[in-house]
Amino acid sequence: MPDKPKVAFYWCASCGGCEEAVVDLAEDILKVVEAVDIVLWPVALDFKKHDLESMPDGSIAVAFINGAVRLYEQEEWVHLLRRKAQLVVAFGSCAHLGGIPGLANLTNREAIFATNYLDGPSLDNAAGTVPLEQVRVDGRDLSLPAFFDTVRALDQVIEVDYYLPGCAPPPDLIMAAITAILKGELPPKGTVLAPNRAQCEVCPRKDGKPERIEIGEIRRVATSIPDPATCFLAQGYICLGPATRSGCHERCIHANMPCRGCFGPVDGVYDQGAKFLSAFASILAPRDEAAIEALLDQIPDPAGTFYRFSLPASLLHRRRNVS
Amino acid sequence: MTRHITIDPMTRLEGHGRIEIFLDEAGEVADAYMQVPELRGFERFCVGRPAEEMPCITERICGVCPSAHHMAATRALDDLWHVDPPPAAHKVRELFYNLFMFEDHTLHFYFLGGPDFIVGPAAPAAERNVLGVIAKVGLEIGGRVIAVRKEARAIMAEIAGKAIHPVFGLPGGVSKPIGPELGERLRQAAPGFVDFAAFSLQVFADVVLKNRAYLDAILAEHYTHRTHYMALVDEQRKVTFYRGRVRVVDPSGRQVAFFEPRDYLAHIAEHVEPWTYVKFPFLRTPGWKGFVDGPESGVYRVAPLARLNVAEGMATPRAQEHYEQMFATLGGKPAHATLAFHWARLIEALQAAETVLAYSQDPEILSPDVRRVPTATPTEGVGIVEAPRGTLIHHYQTDANGILTGVNLLVATVHNSAPIQMAIKKAAQGVIHHGQVDEGLLNQVEMAFRAYDPCFGCATHTVPGGMPLVVHIHDAGGRVRVVTREGTTEDYERSLRDAGSLSRQRPAP
Repeated sequence: MPDKPKVAFYWCASCGGCEEAVVDLAEDILKVVEAVDIVLWPVALDFKKHDLESMPDGSIAVAFINGAVRLYEQEEWVHLLRRKAQLVVAFGSCAHLGGIPGLANLTNREAIFATNYLDGPSLDNAAGTVPLEQVRVDGRDLSLPAFFDTVRALDQVIEVDYYLPGCAPPPDLIMAAITAILKGELPPKGTVLAPNRAQCEVCPRKDGKPERIEIGEIRRVATSIPDPATCFLAQGYICLGPATRSGCHERCIHANMPCRGCFGPVDGVYDQGAKFLSAFASILAPRDEAAIEALLDQIPDPAGTFYRFSLPASLLHRRRNVS
Repeated sequence: MTRHITIDPMTRLEGHGRIEIFLDEAGEVADAYMQVPELRGFERFCVGRPAEEMPCITERICGVCPSAHHMAATRALDDLWHVDPPPAAHKVRELFYNLFMFEDHTLHFYFLGGPDFIVGPAAPAAERNVLGVIAKVGLEIGGRVIAVRKEARAIMAEIAGKAIHPVFGLPGGVSKPIGPELGERLRQAAPGFVDFAAFSLQVFADVVLKNRAYLDAILAEHYTHRTHYMALVDEQRKVTFYRGRVRVVDPSGRQVAFFEPRDYLAHIAEHVEPWTYVKFPFLRTPGWKGFVDGPESGVYRVAPLARLNVAEGMATPRAQEHYEQMFATLGGKPAHATLAFHWARLIEALQAAETVLAYSQDPEILSPDVRRVPTATPTEGVGIVEAPRGTLIHHYQTDANGILTGVNLLVATVHNSAPIQMAIKKAAQGVIHHGQVDEGLLNQVEMAFRAYDPCFGCATHTVPGGMPLVVHIHDAGGRVRVVTREGTTEDYERSLRDAGSLSRQRPAP
């Protein structure tokens, strides 16, 4: 009787939502548990680092890694998992593209530490204490992993075999991916395990979309109420649908909120933000430069909106001059 | 010869942590440190973002309790834009939020809290027989937990877009009303949620309270801290989750502060240590005195036991009965026994379910009038909710265009970071002696934090088809026969190992 394939789950700079997504498989998880041997899952099981280190290299069939790489400890763990696993799947937006933590690439370590430990309004820290990578406390040597200046997506640190997109990936995509892996029926290496179609093609509002969208004014959900049946872009709301891969069942759209791009772009697009900018620029109403500039000035936060989930993986990667 | 023991990583919690324990020459614990080796910098990288994006950005702080951040952010937006949502919007939000509290709390009990009730003086993980006791009803319970959780989360997703990272919170209301079909689905499901919460309390009573060893563990000194407590309370000073005023009591239960969300800075400050990335909030009065408890220390606790200590009762009748029973058992209010957080959590789950039931029968939750568009210029706003894991504070400052210029977040578990540090050290000092260390004892140290920050010890792994069952049969002659579902103790251990629950060798008897 062959041993069951070994599976590992690990999290880097993560929120735990991808762990919850696995729990949300509900009764389907029982089929998975019967078929595999979970050898690492810090949120749920008591396996420790030394347990992983003592496994033979390549003895884990697949490692699902979520979270972005933000600190040295995470970089260490993902290299370790890459050695121990035959396949590595980047699970969720953060591992795939950098995710929400990737917005920190609009700032830097110094600014983050200043806000967190020195300048915040509730801090009581006249001494200016900050966390240190090495410190001696009452004769004890303690260390913390280095906090990098830049957040990286998983494939910017180790070789990644497949990607499960979304924040968090929906249960049906997760189940399909696990099933494919267990059956050995995998697409070419590097595939994103979700449909290769943009959101607009499947959006529940696409039938009411005008032949030609012409945005004359940019609106924000904070100060208005979107019509629940009309295309967001046609109403002047920024919606990243044109630049975003489908597969999420458009849950945000159904809740009357525009898409923020968590699934990342379709195949062949290397910079989701630039893709959206290009699509967006093509649906602006004004024709003269001054009017176009005035309209673009209405966008409240282009970098943080167009690159909400994808900044580390983008061609931009990070902001250059952080003041 | 001094020894240094590392627990890496801490497991069965949300997030990353490492525990460093230092023994002295006599083999007693001289020091213990809980280090949080993670940081992402939300308070900095949210500056420059439009404030209305915050419910969806800050919820990515935690994918287990995203609804808590989503709601705290939404409340902060109400304050920021000086807008009061219509009554139906408050009801829809509060309904959703209580559904979330019910789901998160019961998940914790079954998938993380359960194992941590087994405490024998030196019991290794393999001998925690509450797992076996729950296993007797485990497959049925497990199936029911999965089904209840699935329905609760499906309804949450229908209301707010998604269960993991909801989207519906806006300044002045929510993004869409609850339609008649969803209202009907909720009406059908709500009584089952109350039943399940009540049933869970019965499981707790049967499994924990009737077991003297567990009760002793709950009341053990090494799991006890006499701290201040903080929580939101409603107008009647009862336990509430969605909105209220913040109340603080001292270790004897006397009120020492009672304030509106906007005034939090006058009462709370944060201390920094160089050996961890997490900060340590404390009460400005009496101030930071170090990692100590007592009335002169500004250390305070939040989350279920704190909420029940702070309030003058529960807001719903069945939960109130359990509240009274709990404090009678624990010897009065306030209760300082850390493991009682598990009990208080279930009482809160019952209140949450009762609240959902009441709202499900309220026709106003189907109203289309769920949004009042702000007209004022945004300036500054504070939103405070009770997350499952404690008081959650979001504070935003923006320019006139609603673009964030400053963000301050005091996140539920962080209020407990000093208590958790103290709990780990005290538990380590309580269970490790004469240099004797094994993984069972180290796990008892970890148990000290699990009462606070359960996240989810995901049970996908403790509800397999082959849930082991151990039955100890004591005959009249005092002989004990150990019978397992698979036959023998060895089979039981093998099944645990196969299921991945056994990561260490059973020590020789």
